[in-house]
Amino acid sequence: MLAGFLDALFNGLSIGAVLLIAALGLAIVFGLMGVINMAHGELMMLGAYTTFVVQNFCKQLGGLWFEIYIFLALILAFLLTAVAGLILEKGVIRYLYGRPLETLLATWGVSLILQQFVRSVNWVIIAGVALFCLFFFGGLGILKSRADKIRRRTVVGVLLVLSLSVAIATGNFLGQTYQLAVTQPWFGAQNVDVTAPSWLQDGLSLGSLQLPYARLFIIALTIVCVTGIYIFLQHSLWGLRIRAVTQNRSMSACLGIPTEKVDAITFALGSGLAGVAGCAISLLGSVGPNTGQNYIIDTFMVVVVGGVGNLAGTVVAALGIGTANYLIGSGTLALLFTPVESLANFFNFFATTSMAKVMVFALIIAFLQWKPGGIFPQKGRTVDA
Amino acid sequence: MTTRFNRRRFLVCSGATLGTSLLLKACANNPTNTSENANSPEGTSATPAAATTSGKTIKVGILHSLSGTMAISEKSVVDAEKLAIKEINAAGGVLGKQIEAIVEDGASNWDTFREKATKLIDQDRVAVVFGCWTSASRKNVKPVFESKNHMLWYPVQYEGQECSKNIFYTGAAPNQQIEPAVDWLLKNKGKEFFLIGSDYVFPRTANEIIKAQLEALGGKTVGEDYLPLGNTEVTPIITKIKQKLPNGGVIFNTLNGDSNVAFFKQLKGAGLTPNKYPTMSVSIAEEEVKAIGVEYLKGHYAAWNYFQTVDTPANKKFVAAFKKEYGENRVTNDPMEAAYVAVYLWKQAVEKAGTTDIAKVRDAAYGQSFDAPEGKVTMNANHHLSKIVRIGEVRDDGLFNIVFATPKAVEPVPWNQFVKSTKGYACDWSDPRKGEKYKI
Repeated sequence: MLAGFLDALFNGLSIGAVLLIAALGLAIVFGLMGVINMAHGELMMLGAYTTFVVQNFCKQLGGLWFEIYIFLALILAFLLTAVAGLILEKGVIRYLYGRPLETLLATWGVSLILQQFVRSVNWVIIAGVALFCLFFFGGLGILKSRADKIRRRTVVGVLLVLSLSVAIATGNFLGQTYQLAVTQPWFGAQNVDVTAPSWLQDGLSLGSLQLPYARLFIIALTIVCVTGIYIFLQHSLWGLRIRAVTQNRSMSACLGIPTEKVDAITFALGSGLAGVAGCAISLLGSVGPNTGQNYIIDTFMVVVVGGVGNLAGTVVAALGIGTANYLIGSGTLALLFTPVESLANFFNFFATTSMAKVMVFALIIAFLQWKPGGIFPQKGRTVDA
Repeated sequence: MTTRFNRRRFLVCSGATLGTSLLLKACANNPTNTSENANSPEGTSATPAAATTSGKTIKVGILHSLSGTMAISEKSVVDAEKLAIKEINAAGGVLGKQIEAIVEDGASNWDTFREKATKLIDQDRVAVVFGCWTSASRKNVKPVFESKNHMLWYPVQYEGQECSKNIFYTGAAPNQQIEPAVDWLLKNKGKEFFLIGSDYVFPRTANEIIKAQLEALGGKTVGEDYLPLGNTEVTPIITKIKQKLPNGGVIFNTLNGDSNVAFFKQLKGAGLTPNKYPTMSVSIAEEEVKAIGVEYLKGHYAAWNYFQTVDTPANKKFVAAFKKEYGENRVTNDPMEAAYVAVYLWKQAVEKAGTTDIAKVRDAAYGQSFDAPEGKVTMNANHHLSKIVRIGEVRDDGLFNIVFATPKAVEPVPWNQFVKSTKGYACDWSDPRKGEKYKI
């Protein structure tokens, strides 16, 4: 009985930890900034692909490098997705603050672009995009100082056409000259293989139980991330500013807090966490262009149930949903109710993976009817601000 | 309203127009038909509507998922079909004409498959379509091919219980993959089975068959569960397997796509090793082993008609040609081989019929034999192939060690004889009185 209880506890915790680490970045972006970021899953996917690249690199170095590549991948995934998030914020989201519907559509578009990007990215595309950026933004920068004579719109129009044609022409030229070497996609549409280091592949045996090391690693990583975020938000200068802007944007601006910078940093942080999550899930699941899609619904579910605007709610919601999913899906609940036959039959009906999802969704809807603001709703005058 | 239309504004507008048209041109210049850059001086667009064989090429459609969750598997099938077409073209083509492949992306979306099938038939006027992987996509395009009386060659093993006049099945029927695998497992690995599959038509029908077969042969189904396509959380299922099979037993896996990766990664983490819990998969071949990782799969089993390690001269030639075309690190697998064979069988049928007319090619296809990489295959009047069944064990290099093979080709039985509603029925399209489903 005790072993069964411990098993259920551990498994619920491990499913919850995956949900939590995936939702943590979203909790910051959606919870603190109110930005509905549909591209969150794709940022996770970028993190997972970073892991793939680091893994391949370390495999070539061999030996000890392969055993510790995961730590290197975690750091790089964080940095890379943070930069991607920063570009996303500066390029798209900044213009859409306070317009949730437009943000939703725009970030969904970004998610589609990112998915197709990893499918078809090759040297030609990279060269084309780099050249375009160089000419377009470089040209804008140079002309900016003397644009007083020429109309800005004309400059943008001409530059756009010029740099586009240069980029396309170079791309065509490269593709025809070097053929397959440059046009072959880096990853392709197929899934890629991320193999965990050998010390993460097996499990820890405790009597009849076996705790997979990958799960333990993710639980530990989740704890580290949550603690890190908590310390950052509560005990650092930028954390203080982020909380201030969350509570009252205009007052913070009046007091001299650079709110735009705060927004950018918050978004980059949330995106970076998505990258870390992507790295973590590559230990458990598949890595492909669709990876992000498999998690996006669950992550939103966690954040909404947890209540917008605080991390404690997210933690409780993730662990709660994870445990509920496990207890219902594995049939443990049905086993528990064996004495009461009708209840046992009821839970047995839901004791498959698909039906467990149905039941958890139903429970969540019922819960949100009862507490529309989530587990820990925001209180006070700032709510409707 | 009077807007100034001066030179500056004109420049901007025309510049933008030019840029847009350039961009559109660049996009349009990137078509998916393979033979266009090779040799097509003729104006194919001028081909009159009804005639598929006029002009210098014969158009064939290739309809698979190049994106989405099924792309992992279907992309390589497209490669195999293109290889076969290239070989046929190099050897002089069909009826003296080159084959031109028109590739469409079904995008792992079953509705897209239906749209693209309609497009290939109505707009491109193809002579035949090679395509589909999942049963869901096949079920979705089946009415299209039947209502337009067209022809689809389907290269993947499937759950059976179907025998369309307009589809040729070059993969295995259940009695050519699932049933021999269950027999072999019962004899060599144990009597208690746990069934796990993706939540759609193939795994559910396949598991019905397995359950009926186990009941008939004295085995026992201790549990079954289905994962939604793309789901990667398998912890509850692993718990169930441990509960139901505490002392080990057979896992029969009909998962498809991404879920397989999660399943095997977490199976190993949970300590369910192949010597205690041998897993038999019917959707994992060489290509999937590579994407999942050999470490996780070593020692597990798969049932197919073809493995890359099959020792026939035709296979050596096929593997060498494929590696030469697509790179040394590529592998070949059963659906790829079946797709490759499908193109050749269609070519033989067209040559025998002397035309690409659908009805004549269909009649000519019956009885066609081909010395395939897997051994000699024959097209039967029930639109399925007679083929050898093999069981392989994953070895260190990611290929399969063939541990069992039937001594001779197994005749296909599309209507399952273990399931009550189809017991005693068969299919024969060569006899107009028999057709899709008749009582033996």
